[in-house]
Amino acid sequence: MNLEKVVFAFFIVLALTMNFGFFVGDMNDPLHHNVYELYVAIVVNLVATVLKFGDRTHIGAVLLATSLVADLHLIAAAVAWGIGLYVLDMGNDVLGIVVSLSAGALLANITSVVLLVVETMSLRK
Amino acid sequence: MTKVTSLVLRRMRVPLLVLIAAYSISILGFVLIPGVDENGQRWHMNFFDAIYFVSYMATTIGFGEIPHPFTIAQRMWATVTIYLSVVGWVYAIGSILALVQNSLLKRAIEEGQFTRSVSKLGEDFFIICGYGETSRLLVHSLNSRGFRTVVIDNDSNRIDELSMVEIPQFVPALVADASNSNVLIEAGLLHEKCKGVIALTDSDHVNLKIAITCRLLKKTVSVICRAESLDTEANMRSFSTDYIINPFESFASRLAMALHSPSSYLINQWLTGVPGTRLLEPVTPPRGLWLLCGYGRFGKAVHRFLTFEGVKTRIIESNHELTNPPEGSIKGRGTEAVTLRNAGIADAVGIVAGTDNDTNNLSIIYTAKEQNQELFTVARQNHGGNEKLFQNASLDIVMEPSDIIAHEILSVILAPLLATFLQQAKTHGNQWACELVSRLIAIVGETTPDTWGIEINKEEAPAVLSALSQGQKVLVGDLNKNHLDREEKLHVMMLMISRVDEGAESGIRLITLPDEDFQLQAGDQILFCSREGERNEISWVLNNSNALHYVQTGEQVSEGWIWRVLSGRQRVVVAES
Repeated sequence: MNLEKVVFAFFIVLALTMNFGFFVGDMNDPLHHNVYELYVAIVVNLVATVLKFGDRTHIGAVLLATSLVADLHLIAAAVAWGIGLYVLDMGNDVLGIVVSLSAGALLANITSVVLLVVETMSLRK
Repeated sequence: MTKVTSLVLRRMRVPLLVLIAAYSISILGFVLIPGVDENGQRWHMNFFDAIYFVSYMATTIGFGEIPHPFTIAQRMWATVTIYLSVVGWVYAIGSILALVQNSLLKRAIEEGQFTRSVSKLGEDFFIICGYGETSRLLVHSLNSRGFRTVVIDNDSNRIDELSMVEIPQFVPALVADASNSNVLIEAGLLHEKCKGVIALTDSDHVNLKIAITCRLLKKTVSVICRAESLDTEANMRSFSTDYIINPFESFASRLAMALHSPSSYLINQWLTGVPGTRLLEPVTPPRGLWLLCGYGRFGKAVHRFLTFEGVKTRIIESNHELTNPPEGSIKGRGTEAVTLRNAGIADAVGIVAGTDNDTNNLSIIYTAKEQNQELFTVARQNHGGNEKLFQNASLDIVMEPSDIIAHEILSVILAPLLATFLQQAKTHGNQWACELVSRLIAIVGETTPDTWGIEINKEEAPAVLSALSQGQKVLVGDLNKNHLDREEKLHVMMLMISRVDEGAESGIRLITLPDEDFQLQAGDQILFCSREGERNEISWVLNNSNALHYVQTGEQVSEGWIWRVLSGRQRVVVAES
């Protein structure tokens, strides 16, 4: 067992689960979408991205790309939430945008995990 | 991803993780810790407030603008986060600075620059492996003749030295092991403009490896190698290396040639010399007993060639166990009068000081001259820096390995036909060589001639080619007439024509010293030799149809279409005698 691999996989999977946790629930119900969950999802995603830095293999490059996409989505979601709530006074209506953006990040994170699994499988052989 | 970015990203992984951790912990803390506003109401920072506060605090900008004054609990957390974030930043910036200093990164950046500048080369270039005295000469000569060079050496001091000397064009250089095939590829081996690889490293083994690599990776590239042992030479030949230069062998064979046929030796020296320098005086080494000081690689080569020529030799060598000289050899360095007397200096006609130590060589010659004024002296010069000393020692022949290699390589590169011609010259004998020497003197005067080759094709001789394709005859004699006045002969001489001929044994017919009325054909390769600077004159006739027409017929063709119409196709006949 390689500790580096454990940490790597841990953060990638955690990024997906936190993302999913935030996403799941009624689209416009603020009770279903916790701001702390989004915060943790962003932090974990950033950590996962940095962990993927510097891998020169092709699969490493694709992993990095998916992570960057997820980062972009989640940060956009956070920014949209802030602007919608405090600048435009949209109230809970903004939640729709935030959740759909996080859904995009979710897709990217799923791709990331699938790639991770594929890589692990190919290692087994 | 390039090597450099990948290296930077990998090194920045931990610092970035530390920063993310510091920020996220700080932000989360501020969101969780409650504050109290002016009315005594509990309030919580939202994420935006927290990010805003941490951002200006962590970067030590410190606006101080917060919605409400902090409670004690908030201030405590702020104290913690200040240290957390500052340490995080210091670590990150420190890592970046360390990375800039990192030798691995520097190397990666240098390599990147090297590969970029090689791939951008637009002119024909040569890869030179090993930057020593020979390479220095080669880089200068090749650059001044319109070729570019790429240098590889595994010693960084030598590469630094290269950047100090003034060369008009930029010479991409890399500190790397040339025996690594990837390094050769980086240096542009597979580049379409790469004309050749010149392996001049100190190690025969590395040179051999380079030869093999080039043969296997790119068949069309010409490979020129230096070999110091006969073993390696034979091995290289088996890899069809284009040209192998063994400085000791080639000098020894020249010395033998000087004994055997002084004129052939002169032709060899003249045609491979640096154009424009003073022509070498004819030397005539006497026959009789020769003393050889030093029986290393050089001594062995000279001994073998002299013995082959039937010249009696006696060897003086200090280390008999290591070098294993033939019987009857004298033990000693040769710098002492006693040793020289023992070796029979009084009866000797010549002495070769061939040790690998310049001081000893000069000392040998000096001592020997004191014993016997009439001696013919040959000395080996190992270091370029001692040139002045050897010039003033009034030696008959100075043998400088780096010089010999550079000249041989230059002659091969600049005029590939020359090597063939010199090979031919050997077979013709002394009488033929004598005649050639006198003809050469008439043409070139007192300076070393410029020797070069051309092919009758679209690029190198368009005028001649179009005349030939129109069915006109072009004679050898036409080409060495002045295009301004055809009565005046240029100081140019055709040494050889190489013509593809199905009937000939090797598929190529060689015509040495063609007559004036010899007819040229398309595809002929011609080896010229001229007084320095007259090369440009002949290119007029080769490139300009009007000039060619004039030297052939004496008629001057009007230059432009309008003039031709105006003159009604009348040709102005220039005074013909």
